[in-house]
Parts: sequence; C-alpha cells; structure tokens
Amino acid sequence: MTLAEAGYRDMELARRILARIESDMQGADDMRLMEVCGTHTVAIARSGLRRAVPGNLGLLSGPGCPVCVTPGGYIDAAAGLAARGVTVVTFGDMVRVPGNQTSLEAARAAGGRLVVASSVTAALDLARRSTKEVVFLAVGFETTAPTIAAAVLAAGRERLGNFSVLASHKLVPPALRLILGDADCAVSGFILPGHVSAVIGTRPYGFLVEEFGVPGVVTGFEPVDVLAGIEELVRRVRSGEPKIVNAYRRVVREEGNPKAWDAVMEVFEVADSAWRGIGQIAKSGLALREGYAAFDAARRYGVELDDVALPEGCACGQVLRGVLRPTECPLFGARCTPGAPVGPCMVSSEGACAASYRYGEK
Amino acid sequence: MCLSVPGRVLAMEGTRGTVDVAGNTVEADFALTPDVRPGDYVLVHAGFSIQRYDAAEAQETLRLFHEAFKDAGE
Repeated sequence: MTLAEAGYRDMELARRILARIESDMQGADDMRLMEVCGTHTVAIARSGLRRAVPGNLGLLSGPGCPVCVTPGGYIDAAAGLAARGVTVVTFGDMVRVPGNQTSLEAARAAGGRLVVASSVTAALDLARRSTKEVVFLAVGFETTAPTIAAAVLAAGRERLGNFSVLASHKLVPPALRLILGDADCAVSGFILPGHVSAVIGTRPYGFLVEEFGVPGVVTGFEPVDVLAGIEELVRRVRSGEPKIVNAYRRVVREEGNPKAWDAVMEVFEVADSAWRGIGQIAKSGLALREGYAAFDAARRYGVELDDVALPEGCACGQVLRGVLRPTECPLFGARCTPGAPVGPCMVSSEGACAASYRYGEK
Repeated sequence: MCLSVPGRVLAMEGTRGTVDVAGNTVEADFALTPDVRPGDYVLVHAGFSIQRYDAAEAQETLRLFHEAFKDAGE
C-alpha cells in the first residue's frame, strides 16, 4: 500500500467540497471560523482559500505560531546566552524574531555562537561531542514538546552535564479557552491542529462543546482536508449540533500518542505561561520538573523570560486573538513587511501577517 | 512549526533509524513510537517519529469524502 496523500490534493474533489460550502452558507449569518496552527495558516493562505469561500464566511488565524507567542524576554535571554559563549541551538524560524532588546541574528552578527537545526537531536549530538555548554531553544506546542522531553530523558540517562533546554512550550487547549472567554470573540468553530492532536488526541477539546457549545474539527493540511473540515464546521454551526470531529484519522487517534505524552509529563509539569502580545495564560505552558532542573537553562543561567511586550505599534496581540485581521494593522505592508518586520507575526513564515503578506490577502 | 511529514520506515537500530519521505531518506528517532518496525508508515516531526500513519484509514477517509460530496456542485 502506498501513501494516499495525493488523493487529498485532488482539485476536483476540493472544488465539489467548496461548492457544498457555498450552498451551506447561502442565506446564513456571518460566521467566523478559526484555525490555531501555523501549518494551517500557511496552507489556507497559499491555497487562496480565504478569498475562495463565500463572503459571509470568515477564516481567522489564531495563536498557532509558536515563534510569534514566544516572549520577547525569552529571545533577549537566548541572545544573551549566545553572546556569553554558550552554544545556542535553535529552530531556524527563531533567528530573526525581534526580542525586546535584541535578536538571535544580532547576537550571531556580534560573534555569538548560534547553530540552526531542525531537531533537538543536533543539540544533543553537539553536547556529546564537546565539553562546551549547549542550550537548545525549546519552543513549540504539544507536537514538539515530546521531542524535547525525549532529548532531556536521553541526556539524563547519559549524564550529559553540558546540555540544557530553554523551555517556553505552549499548550493549545488553554489558548482556545482564553479566545472563547474574550468578550470580543466572534469565533463559531475551530479548525483544530492535526499534529498537536496526533500527540494529545481529541479528548482535551471536549470543553469546547461542553462549556461553550462550539464545534471543532481536527483536520490535516492538504486542500481536501481543510475544505472538508470547514464544511463539517459550517454544517454543525448552522444546525446547532456542536461536536468534536476527527477528520484526520490517518494520524490522529482519540487517545493521541500516550507514549509521547507520558514522556512530556515525566520531564515537564503544566504551568502558567506568558504568551507574547497576550499575557499570562493559566496552565498554558510546560516547566521542567524539579528532578530535571539540571537541564533547565533558565535555572542554570539565572535568566528571566517572561517580558511579553511587543514592539511599539505592533498589533500582533489582537491578530493572535482573531480580533484584528493582519491587514487591519496600520503597520501592515507599510512599515512592517517580511523583509523588514516589526513584529513576530511578520517574521515567522507561519505568522498570520507573513502568510497574509506573502500570498497577497486583502 | 508543527510541520510533520508522513513516510515509510526504512531501517532502525536502537531508537535511531531512517524514513523514506517522498523519496528522500531522512534520519529519525523512534523513542516516541517504540512499536513501529521497518516497512511501517509514520509521521515525522523535528527528527522524531511522533505517530503511526494509518494507510488504510487514509484510503477510507478519502472514500468517505468522495461519497459525501459526490453530488456537490453539479
């Protein structure tokens, strides 16, 4: 058997689903759906879907870009570590994000040690091969946290004394709760993140239905996945039958990946966390447990991470909560572009502003 | 950042191994999916296999979508 992924890019099937969405939305009140995953942000922007769906259906991008919600203070602290000779290993999209005082790019230009990698494994391997201090910038949602946990567990087994992680992991369900609790919130349904859900499963979203009466559909990232997810949501919102639906069964199980989540819970505990442009959200992040304090770069180097300020004039905070569209920010496309970004949402390719700019959304 | 890609496990040694992702061979760690074996399909994220990819379920979902939308837009 081969992968069926090409079938999810079938444009004829996509066209038919879009036609169904059009008929579902005929005569309907304005409806706003939100995705909360950077990969969905890019998939929707790239396909031009926001303009293809009926005018009374709005597709919003929520706080699904981990780089965008990482506090400026964290960036400054990481840049500071690189400047003082620690080898800082990071995912590439962190490099250009402006902190509140500096950036990793600036620290590297000034001679700081910065290594870009696509996996925490690269940082582990560096630490194994040298006696230099190595810090991995552990950002990302529930998808990424298990990989960091596995690395910390390996470092513990091997008694690696020169490896630590600067952790700023964020959890998706508490952010959804915050968005729905906002008085300005106009979100009728959520396109739920497929790869976060591959790890945590579908149960953690139950409160959307039980407490808020809002449906959610876990979807994949190909055009047919996204459109079928939207169609399911539109139908459920209009008929008043909210439910959490798993439309990405090829990788999402109801229970997620318990092995991966057990690793996370062995190394981390759920803690309050600071989201850039939004503020503290209760129980929305992960902090290293006391037993793994030796691998916690924040404790090891005594750095403060939580300054969540944004550059002046930047409306990322409102964009991340779906209150403003990227194009409604006065800086968008004028003073703030991917070439010369002011705020984090314009830096990461997964940021709502960068995706909007790149794919010419109005 | 949660970008993940499906592929087929080529070889494993301990928790490390390789996965064929669209014709490219990529390294992966299998600590989070210890039950997979060469030949299985997995989802790879940031250098780790994070979940099994169920190829039969992929065909079934697609079949259901074709069924549900067969008359749409006619």
